[in-house]
Amino acid sequence: MRKSLRLLFFCGIFLYLYVPIAILIINAFNLNRYGLRWDGFTLKWFTAMAANPGLMEATRHSLTIAICAASAATAIGCLAAIGFTRYRFVGRRILQGTLMTLMMAPDIILAISLLVLFVGIGIALGFWSLLLSHITFCLPFTVMTVTARLQGFDRFLLDAARDLGASEGQLLRRVVLPLLRPALLSSWLLSFTLSLDDVIVSSFVTGPSYDVLPLKIFSMVKVGVKPEVNALATLMVALSLVLVVISQLLVKERDKNGKNK
Amino acid sequence: MTGKRRLHQQISAHNPGKIAVSDSVLSIRGLSKAFGGLKVLTDISLEVSQGEFITLLGPSGCGKTTLLRLVAGFEKPDRGSVYLDGVDISSLPPEKRQVNTVFQSYALFPHMTVAANVAFGLELKGFRGRELNDRVNQALDQVRMRELADRYPGRLSGGQQQRVAIARAVVNTPRVLLLDEPLSALDARLRRDMQIELKRLQRELGIAFILVTHDQDEALSMSDRVVVMQDSRIAQIGTPREVYEDPANLYVARFIGDINLFPGTVIGRNGKNELQVQIFDRRVLARSDKALQPGQLVQLLLRPEDLRLTEDAAEKVPFFWGSIMERSYRGSTLDTTIHLDAGPVVRACEFFDEDDPDFDYRVGERVKVSWVQGWEVVLPDEDPTH
Ligand SMILES: Nc1ncnc2c1ncn2[C@@H]1O[C@H](COP(=O)(O)OP(=O)(O)OP(=O)(O)O)[C@@H](O)[C@H]1O
Ligand SMILES: [Mg+2]
Repeated sequence: MRKSLRLLFFCGIFLYLYVPIAILIINAFNLNRYGLRWDGFTLKWFTAMAANPGLMEATRHSLTIAICAASAATAIGCLAAIGFTRYRFVGRRILQGTLMTLMMAPDIILAISLLVLFVGIGIALGFWSLLLSHITFCLPFTVMTVTARLQGFDRFLLDAARDLGASEGQLLRRVVLPLLRPALLSSWLLSFTLSLDDVIVSSFVTGPSYDVLPLKIFSMVKVGVKPEVNALATLMVALSLVLVVISQLLVKERDKNGKNK
Repeated sequence: MTGKRRLHQQISAHNPGKIAVSDSVLSIRGLSKAFGGLKVLTDISLEVSQGEFITLLGPSGCGKTTLLRLVAGFEKPDRGSVYLDGVDISSLPPEKRQVNTVFQSYALFPHMTVAANVAFGLELKGFRGRELNDRVNQALDQVRMRELADRYPGRLSGGQQQRVAIARAVVNTPRVLLLDEPLSALDARLRRDMQIELKRLQRELGIAFILVTHDQDEALSMSDRVVVMQDSRIAQIGTPREVYEDPANLYVARFIGDINLFPGTVIGRNGKNELQVQIFDRRVLARSDKALQPGQLVQLLLRPEDLRLTEDAAEKVPFFWGSIMERSYRGSTLDTTIHLDAGPVVRACEFFDEDDPDFDYRVGERVKVSWVQGWEVVLPDEDPTH
């Protein structure tokens, strides 16, 4: 009795989480344009999607921004985290605090402030304003992830490397970065996802010349969900699945090496 | 016990606590360090000679780790300097010092195999190929870890990690090896084994070792010389026998081994090496060449193994009456706690001999407590808060 209840509970949660996505995927292959009933299998929405230049361009833009923002935020975040943990300098606490605030602040506030800033200093709204904004809101997450990992280290590891003759550069290259690799990877993936699905900030800081996917989709579904969007969403779900599997595999390998000590 | 000789006459004669500066590898001169007003090291000086095994012994927080970190270069001294082979290295960063450290937490690189950990220092020095391999293997052989060369540290036991940490340090052939409580995380059995291994390794390598410990048995059994530290200062430097048999002050006497204290007053001096001391209701003669004035309060120190229990009043040695509080048989020795009529409770420790009638005492029985003449140490009484 207990057992079947538990099973029911689990099924309920899984259904709740995955039914909407499942419906979306099914509809991507559904001949029926409105997804009201199953009319048969088709791939024509995928071709329609590929034939929609606006949608494809927005996808390209989004991927470019996501890759650039994730890479930059991870690199800057990594250095910042190393700085915060290794050095004691004036203003360290304040800097860390402002990063936290940035993470807690509602997106809309961040969006408005960035817009005011870009307009104020005369940066045209488009690729650069978008990229800078995305780096900004990803940064707290990457700093947090890397800091957490750094604090998990034996703090004498760095001393040990110095003791054995490593210069600052060798220390970074041979000890710190290899140890941070899993954290850097998860920072990158997290930033990539955050950037890819951001609507609020992007809608404020981009211009008509640089449309991104979430905004494009948003404008397309205002007049009813188009099946091309279902097709695109299906591809994105597949992509995130691949990313999750990759990161899991990397974690597994780490465990095999007994590194999680 | 019969082989025990008092050392202090010989010691004061030629002062072996000092070693000529010329043959010293490491020379620490007048080192002081404070962290935000808290004095952690005060005027520390120490000469370490080639191949010497030194232990730094002291309670938690007395500055042992800080001293090692100053020698390794992780901290900068406020005052004083460190010389290695006669060269002032005080301003060199750790990577430029020919000194290596075995950290208490081992600090092995978790992303490298055992062999890669050991090779790390040599690779940075430019060793490659055959030569690198040979040296790494030799170091792994020295600590008997060759078979596990391809494992990752996360998969090793504490004792094995310890060995790798030692191999990783000694493979660089440092002039001095610093070990910060390397054995404190190991269980008693493994600890004993590692003490012997470390001693062997040190003899084989001929490198000077400075080992930090707060375990006095470890300090006494392993070292050529013991440095006893007492809040930020050196209380005494000496061979294990010197610090045990001729402690410099009451702090050292209490810190190392068990001790019985008999409070007394100096009456006068009988020649160069003998004092008359009033202890309780008795006047006793004690060996001492220390500058103690008549009327000065002193403590007569006797180790448990120096005390003798007798019923025989004929012996012409000083004694104190007491009654037996407790006896405990410990295999080779028999420990006795005696409540002296004059007040203090003392502990005696005798080798067990079943034929000796003295071993038939019962709890509560009255005994005379005497001691082997000449084995006592007289020290000026200090502030009792210590
Ligand atoms: N970097 C530091 N900043 C501030 N205080 C420090 C620092 N390092 C050590 N101390 C302080 O200096 C004192 C001595 O520390 P140290 O680690 O040298 O003691 P220890 O003798 O090694 O003790 P233990 O046996 O517990 O390891 C302690 O009171 C400690 O809190
Ligand atoms: Mg310490």
